[in-house]
Amino acid sequence: MNEQTVKTQDVVAASSRKVMPAVVALLFGAFLVIGVGFAHSDTIHNAAHDSRHSFAFPCH
Amino acid sequence: MFRRIFATALLAGFLGGLGISIVHEFTTTPIILHAEQFENKSNTVDQKSSSKQNALLILAHGKAGNAAKNGHQAWGPANGWERTLFTTIANIITGVGFSLILVACFSLSEGTVTGRAGVIWGMAGFGVMSLAPALGLPPEVPGALTAELVPRQSWWFLCVAATAVGLWMLVFRKGVVWVIAGIALMALPHIVGAPQPARIGGAVPPELAGHFAAASLVTAAIFWSLLGWLSGTFWQRFESRS
Repeated sequence: MNEQTVKTQDVVAASSRKVMPAVVALLFGAFLVIGVGFAHSDTIHNAAHDSRHSFAFPCH
Repeated sequence: MFRRIFATALLAGFLGGLGISIVHEFTTTPIILHAEQFENKSNTVDQKSSSKQNALLILAHGKAGNAAKNGHQAWGPANGWERTLFTTIANIITGVGFSLILVACFSLSEGTVTGRAGVIWGMAGFGVMSLAPALGLPPEVPGALTAELVPRQSWWFLCVAATAVGLWMLVFRKGVVWVIAGIALMALPHIVGAPQPARIGGAVPPELAGHFAAASLVTAAIFWSLLGWLSGTFWQRFESRS
C-alpha cells in the first residue's frame, strides 16, 4: 500500500516537473506574441506595424 | 528543463526572426510600402472631403487616425533603416514567442524531436496560426477596409484555439469520434464566420492586395518551416545538457 502511494507520488512529481516548464513557456510565448502582434498601444503598433501586416495579425 | 526550453526558443526565435526579416524585406515589405502610397493618397482626399464618416473609417488606419483619436501624434519609426530595425526586432520577439510555444509542445510530446520532426511541428504551427485564420481574415495590406479591430482579434484567437485543439484531436487521439469532433471543431470558427467590413472597395488596388495575401502566406510557410527546424535542432542538441 505504502509502496503504491510512493509510486503514485513519483509519477505525479515527474509529470508536474514536465508540465510546469511547458505551461510557463506556453504562457510566456503567448505573452510575447500578443505584445508584439495584438497590443493596442499606438507606439507598439507603429514600431511593429510591418511585422503585424506580414504575419497577418488583425491590424487597426 | 526550464533552461533547455528557454535556450532553444531564444536561439531558434532569434535566428528565425532574423531570417524571416530578410525574406520580408524582399517580399511583403515592398508591397506594404507600395500600398501605403495609395493609403496616404486616399487619406489626403478624405481629409479634404466633407464626408466625415468615410474619412474616419480610413483614417483609423494611419498615424493621422491615431492622432485624431488621441489628440496627439504617436511615435513611429522613421522610414528607412529605423523602420527596418524595429520590424526586425518585432519579428525576433515574435519568433521567440512562437518558438516557446513550439518547444513547450515538444517537451509535452512523447518521442524524440529532431530538426526534421520540428519541421512537421512548424507546419502544424503554420496551419494553426496562419492558414486557418486566413480563410476568414485574409492578410490585409495597409489601407484595406476592415471590420472593427477587437471583434477581428477575438475571432482570430477563437480560430487559432479551435484549430489547435481540433488538430490535436486528429493527430494524437485514436478513433472515429475524435476525428469527427476534431474536424467539427476546426470548422466551427468558419461556420460562426469572421467579422467582415460593412463595405468593400478600399484605396489599394485589388491586384496589390491579392499579391500581398499570397506573399504573407508564403513567407509565413517559410518562417514556420525555418522556426520548426531550428527549434527541433536546438532542442535535440541541448538534450544532454538538461
